[in-house]
Amino acid sequence: MKILLLVCSVFLQAQDDVARGKKLYEGFCSLCHGQTGTGGKGPSLAQPTLARAPDDPRLIQVIQQGIQGTEMPGFWQLTDHEAGQVAAYVRSLGRTAVEVLPGDPARGRALYEGKGGCTGCHIIRGAGSSLGPELSEIGARRSSPYLRESLVKPGAAVPENFKVVTVVTTGGRTVRGMRVNEDTFSIQLRDAGGRFHSFRKSELSKIDRENNASLMPSYESKFTPAELDDLIAYLASLRGAS
Amino acid sequence: MKQFALMIMIAAANAQVPYQRIVKAASEPGSWLTYSGNYEAHRFSPLAQLTPANVAGLKPVWVYQVRDNGGVETTPLVFDGVMYVTEPPTVVTALDLKTGRRLWRWERTLPKNLDTIGFGRVNRGVAALGDMIYVGTLDAHMVALDAKSGAVRWDVEVADYKSGHCITVAPLAIDGKIITGISGGEAGIRGFIDAYDAKTGKRLWRFWTIPGEGEPGNESWHAPDSWKTGRGSTWVTGSYDAEQKLIYWGVGNPGPDWNGDPRPGDNLYTCSLVALDAETGKLRWHFQFTPHDTHDWDATEIPVLLDTVIRGRPRKVVAMANRNGFYYVLDRGTGEFLAGTPYAKQTWAKGLDDSGRPMVLPNTEPSDAGTLVWPSLQGSTNWFSPSYDASRKQFYVAVREMSSYYYKGEAEYKPGTFFAGGGERALNGDDAWGAIRALDVSTGKKKWEFRLQSPPWVGVMGTAGGLVFGGSEEGNFYALDAMTGKPLWDFETGGRMASNPVSFLIDGKQRVAIAAGHAIFVFGL
Repeated sequence: MKILLLVCSVFLQAQDDVARGKKLYEGFCSLCHGQTGTGGKGPSLAQPTLARAPDDPRLIQVIQQGIQGTEMPGFWQLTDHEAGQVAAYVRSLGRTAVEVLPGDPARGRALYEGKGGCTGCHIIRGAGSSLGPELSEIGARRSSPYLRESLVKPGAAVPENFKVVTVVTTGGRTVRGMRVNEDTFSIQLRDAGGRFHSFRKSELSKIDRENNASLMPSYESKFTPAELDDLIAYLASLRGAS
Repeated sequence: MKQFALMIMIAAANAQVPYQRIVKAASEPGSWLTYSGNYEAHRFSPLAQLTPANVAGLKPVWVYQVRDNGGVETTPLVFDGVMYVTEPPTVVTALDLKTGRRLWRWERTLPKNLDTIGFGRVNRGVAALGDMIYVGTLDAHMVALDAKSGAVRWDVEVADYKSGHCITVAPLAIDGKIITGISGGEAGIRGFIDAYDAKTGKRLWRFWTIPGEGEPGNESWHAPDSWKTGRGSTWVTGSYDAEQKLIYWGVGNPGPDWNGDPRPGDNLYTCSLVALDAETGKLRWHFQFTPHDTHDWDATEIPVLLDTVIRGRPRKVVAMANRNGFYYVLDRGTGEFLAGTPYAKQTWAKGLDDSGRPMVLPNTEPSDAGTLVWPSLQGSTNWFSPSYDASRKQFYVAVREMSSYYYKGEAEYKPGTFFAGGGERALNGDDAWGAIRALDVSTGKKKWEFRLQSPPWVGVMGTAGGLVFGGSEEGNFYALDAMTGKPLWDFETGGRMASNPVSFLIDGKQRVAIAAGHAIFVFGL
């Protein structure tokens, strides 16, 4: 009887942890990983295994310390107990059915390299051109809905160094490009031809930050729905060296 | 015996920085003798060689690279041809003022199990008095060094580092005493301000920022024992009224940060300014800016002492641009609230009542779902210094315009660990920005603003030549016109900045210095 009570108590505690972890997750994590963990700007966490966090201690470490070299920050304010609760909730997401993408990665790769002309702007494993973001790990960093949105509405969510800005100099010259850096006194752009431009702000009469704009064209009309599925399946399969 | 007495007399006569030299800092504009430039904490240079007309020609004179990779937050002290700086984590270095070449270096060997909870392994500078240089260490000791060699004269423990106590603050040297505060709020310490005998290191008094049982103020902690982990850290250097012999020092927030449930009440003297009798450490008065704070808005900003006219009457006041978004003017003899107004965007209070107490708006508390409030956890300003320009009656302040979602979490005290009770998610990127603002010193009304790309971590310094120097998150060091805020000169230092500018003379020529990245830069014409 005592053992049964103990088992029940442990089970209820685990349930409590998941419930509390869900609340913490919704506050701290959902903005990037989606309200239900299916991903967004950050990758989907609704997976049975997580490449960067194969076990609970590693997952707690990732939550508290972040992942260096990525956009994942550390949540140092969470206690060990709270980080454990978030981890318990994240693990519970992995027990849902694995997302099966409808497309074919091999066909997607052919579209990427052929009809899409994507190599003209992106690098994968060292090959391609560098105007757009490097994509060798894009499947590990972004969810499939996010990838679809990036292809259909590229301006919906633009990474920090690819935001489009148009400037007009006091001499009347206009330059449009991606903002690669900016401080109080200067701004650096890269135009669609890949050239860098640097301006002192005192030399500019106008700085137009084009929210929801991207130098990448929409592929909504260029690809059929089935082709888009294939391309997304290919991009989702890109998970870096591993 | 006579000879011995004579030797003592000579030693005393040669003492480099007698107390009176710091009292009269304004008459010695070529030096920078104490953290904020003078006891009144004006961080204002009376030098006027650099002006709006010539500042565009400012160029680096020398650069000193520190050894450690940590942040350099030091305010250099400068006198008698030497610059004294601190390097991370706890290093004091004396530099030849003409060349930046090192004269001596003292490094603290820190315990391997030292943990800084809630802040970086940094130090903000030294104090000088007599022939000694004083530094607080990350492992919570106060150390006196010989100013000519860096040899240790004395070393005393201020508090136990194993319970989360650390010192990052530059000490304040007054008449025969070294005053220090303490860091470690996020570890749930009980804060204090200490005075040590400058010659021997003997502790002369301690003022607990959280009053104990039976002491006035303890009743503001309604839950039993909540005061014991009440925090109230004191990690930014205060100011000193040499006539009244009163020390003014800001006190940090209560613990746990974002969950106020375990500590109902106003939680004195957290988020307050305290005025202490320098001889005894007794409290003369206090003023609490943010009663029962739940947003981590320490009152550890610089209390600036100045004389001004309030509603037609000359007053001796203390002014503070507080982390909570309001600028305050208090009578510095009594703590009476004289004026207060927001100097940055804030969404948590309807305003201040006649006593200066905030009229808090509903639904601004941290919550499970997150509550969006301006300013962010880091506040509308923070530890970096403001500046007071007496001739122009302007108060310059570096402002952070940024909001946060505040979350409420669990709050369990375990010694030597975070005692936070929640967290925040700041809205940064292009949603956040910064500014240098010139405020009317009596009213807090904005006179001009210079907009910055990002919220800064750099203080400002006005000069008699009509300039305001400041820095940026992106490494820009710049000079503004004191009358208009118009930018006149800027230089990209190439590193993140979290420091304060100073100015002094080298060979009779005005120089300005600032720490940026892992280096200290000195500029001149």
